[in-house]
Amino acid sequence: MTGTKNLFNKVWELHEVDTLPSGQSQLFIGLHLIHEVTSPQAFAMLRERGLKVMYPERTMATVDHIVPTDNQARPFVDLLAEQMMSEIEKNCREFGVTLLDINDDRQGIVHIVGPEQGLTQPGLTIVCGDSHTSTHGAFGAIAFGIGTSQVAGVLATQTLALGRPKVRRVEVNGELAPGVYAKDVTLHIIRKLGVKGGIGYAYEYAGTVFDNMTMEERMTVCNMSIEGGARCGYINPDQTTIDYLRDRPFSPKGEEFDRAAEWWLSLASGPDAEYDDVVVFDAAEIEPTVTWGITPGQSIGIGENIPTLDQFPKEDQAGINEAYKYMHLDAGQSLQGVNIDVAFIGSCTNGRISDLREAAQLVKGHHVAENVKALVVPGSQQVRKQAIEEGLDKIFIEAGFEWREAGCSMCLAMNPDKLQGDQMCASSSNRNFKGRQGSPTGRTLLMSPAMVAAAAINGHVTDVRQMLEPAGV
Amino acid sequence: MSEIKQVTGTGIPLLLDDIDTDRIIPARFLRCVTFDGLGDHAFEDDRQQDPNHPFDNPAYQNASVLIGGRNFGCGSSREHAPQSLIRWGIRAIIASSYAEIFFGNCTALGTPAVTAAPADLEKLAALVEEDPTREINVDVQTKKVTCGDFTCDVDILDSAREALLSGQWDFLNLLLQNEEKIRKTGGEVPYLNNFAV
Repeated sequence: MTGTKNLFNKVWELHEVDTLPSGQSQLFIGLHLIHEVTSPQAFAMLRERGLKVMYPERTMATVDHIVPTDNQARPFVDLLAEQMMSEIEKNCREFGVTLLDINDDRQGIVHIVGPEQGLTQPGLTIVCGDSHTSTHGAFGAIAFGIGTSQVAGVLATQTLALGRPKVRRVEVNGELAPGVYAKDVTLHIIRKLGVKGGIGYAYEYAGTVFDNMTMEERMTVCNMSIEGGARCGYINPDQTTIDYLRDRPFSPKGEEFDRAAEWWLSLASGPDAEYDDVVVFDAAEIEPTVTWGITPGQSIGIGENIPTLDQFPKEDQAGINEAYKYMHLDAGQSLQGVNIDVAFIGSCTNGRISDLREAAQLVKGHHVAENVKALVVPGSQQVRKQAIEEGLDKIFIEAGFEWREAGCSMCLAMNPDKLQGDQMCASSSNRNFKGRQGSPTGRTLLMSPAMVAAAAINGHVTDVRQMLEPAGV
Repeated sequence: MSEIKQVTGTGIPLLLDDIDTDRIIPARFLRCVTFDGLGDHAFEDDRQQDPNHPFDNPAYQNASVLIGGRNFGCGSSREHAPQSLIRWGIRAIIASSYAEIFFGNCTALGTPAVTAAPADLEKLAALVEEDPTREINVDVQTKKVTCGDFTCDVDILDSAREALLSGQWDFLNLLLQNEEKIRKTGGEVPYLNNFAV
């Protein structure tokens, strides 16, 4: 790498332990987050080989995927889930890893807990056996998902073997219109660059749109990097990052914080940093965006119609036909007015307090449409507590939403929250894959939490801008 | 750890693009603490909805070389996905491209995942459909795939090829050898040093 380094390369080089015979780097990991689904087999591998956790103090566990969001009494009704809970409890005890368990008020979705507790910081390398680990890149960390064999490797050695990706700067400049949220920005980027456009790249999100975003909005964008094929995405640390981290439980304190802040800012890519690729988007082009198909790249602005087959290259057409058929949607039709059966607000993408505030603002004084099952699932116990303090729970309950405990819930339906049959779900989550929400024929429309709230009230997909007060009022 | 220079076996065609790991192994089967038995549930939901799914076709039951499309294995990082394919009987994959985490998981499990041109994948799929007993040879060393008279070039990331050929695809042993250097790097990163200047 010649010239001025971008953040990614600075942080990467700081963590390089060695170059392996394969040509990959052995990379030191600053923070290893674990959860109940992808860790039991990894701990078993350690046990088989008689290995210990090398840096238990840089390892943090929580439970989220299988956690029921209604009846949390132990043992869980689902005995398989109970077995997984017992397993992570046993493993963390045996290997000396801190577990934010279900009875700990810091528990929640791993990608919400890390930032909220101040564990996620700029300049770290962060891994977790979960593809949405890219979320933590919002702080200017290199954060990415790994498989279970790698989880075992990181537990035992605090390192993993990885080839350095290229870096693409994804710039979005201008101002987002009212009713257009971080979720729309990320869906727009994935739509334009494709679901495999990011393979081999880390994404650096830059430009005035990201400069102006809150940390929570930045997390939403980085979270979905993987849906565009980029294993990690990040945003350069700035004053917004520092303000967010001040006084978090695991943040440095006092003078140490000031030293940390200085170092964090020094990591940011400079104006003459080099990139392997640069793409630029105009914020004015972004509408509230909704997926119509079975990959997160199959989306449209709410004012558009579902594209017709001839608008796609020939090699894509089989997949497009599969998507129309699975979704029971037609080429050329609008998504506005499409009926929904379920509305889901939550997930590591959009289960933070700002998401709940946006949604609550819309549902206040309205009621969920008849025949729509609507649920709000806070991303963590802290988010839930904060929402209750602000009275958001009452707004949701009065409007006919179910108000749940923290967890992954219906994003991936490894718990009792599942679609039934071919139900159509307006969802603030991250994946609209076939069967993703727990029913093999269930259908998912990805959109912002505000758009989900609007759909819940109207019973069908609605342009949220029609429900917002005119700008300036 | 065994060296993996080539894989030979009959093929199974699944030429769809963007096959995600939720489709390979639906999330409800991740409620487990071992990978045992996952082979029975590979593509379970797809199979229920498609009576002609290749994974249910008696002709392909002994197949070990999967022929896929673009962006194979996208989505979740679940190692349960390659684990379920391997436990079903797959020992090598030929596809147009792979999602990175899935590819890394395959390599870590000693399963070559090579890329081929779409036209070659179509040809291979056609050959296998015509006669499912035809054997396919995936040669990691020469980066070639052969099926009867048909041969095509394939590619694989150098680091993965090297790891498979040298038998060091289970990286754990290799990583463990560097403990001293790991402690050194860990001792130098600012955040483990009170951010001292």
